[in-house]
Amino acid sequence: MVVQLQLTVVALSLLVGVVAAAYLVPDRRPDRLLLGLTALLELALVVQLVVGIVLLVSESPDISGATFVSYLVGMLLLPPVAAWWALGEPSRSGTVVLVVLGVTVPFLVLRLQQIWDPTWIV
Amino acid sequence: MDRVSPSGASPPPSRSASPTATGPGRVLVAVYGLFAIAATGRSVLQLTTQASEAPLPYALSALAALVYVGATVGLAVDRPWARSVAWVAVGVEAVGVLVVGTLSLADPVLFPDDTVWSGYGRGYGFLPLLLPAVGLWWLARTRPSSGTPTRR
Repeated sequence: MVVQLQLTVVALSLLVGVVAAAYLVPDRRPDRLLLGLTALLELALVVQLVVGIVLLVSESPDISGATFVSYLVGMLLLPPVAAWWALGEPSRSGTVVLVVLGVTVPFLVLRLQQIWDPTWIV
Repeated sequence: MDRVSPSGASPPPSRSASPTATGPGRVLVAVYGLFAIAATGRSVLQLTTQASEAPLPYALSALAALVYVGATVGLAVDRPWARSVAWVAVGVEAVGVLVVGTLSLADPVLFPDDTVWSGYGRGYGFLPLLLPAVGLWWLARTRPSSGTPTRR
């Protein structure tokens, strides 16, 4: 796929994870900064979905389109659900949910890239 | 989601939150939810596109999906039945990962296509092995003391 775009998704995701982890020590609740970063991550994932579908249609590679699109859509659902689940918890554990989000998305980007190009190795 | 408890009851979490879905349980439900989405997606794809190729692993994928969805819902929902669902789901998960993990190492031919539980979940950082252990411990820890009616 588009390397720069996927690196952006990974970077934003790791940033969400790191900021959330940093919030754990002084026990800060998710605030505008952390939720803003989560929203930026979501935006990048929307762009990734659109670009991914355009590439899938235009280049029609020999891959499972259903798997590829389900990864694109699945990733898109995670930030809003994680944010909702995190905000429903009045303790540190809510922030940990955003740490989990931050470390999960990069793995999904890796899998997405492997689906797009099975010969691709890290 | 209401954040105050107007009834004056002692626990601060909202009335819809299950005791198993608050505190550390919040994270546990999140991770189970992740596995539920992943396992359901994988299972649906396998069954719709290549069901006849490897019936056993694909049936197992469907079972895993069911287990993860059951554990997620069971832990997240505060209803009398939810705790039982969680116990069954996490119990089946524990047995599943041990049996499938052992079989997949002893007889690799049996599982040509990887499942979540192959090799005790090594494809997923052994999280599938760790999850049921944590899940059972958490369910035991949050068990309501006998005589106390379940909150609704």
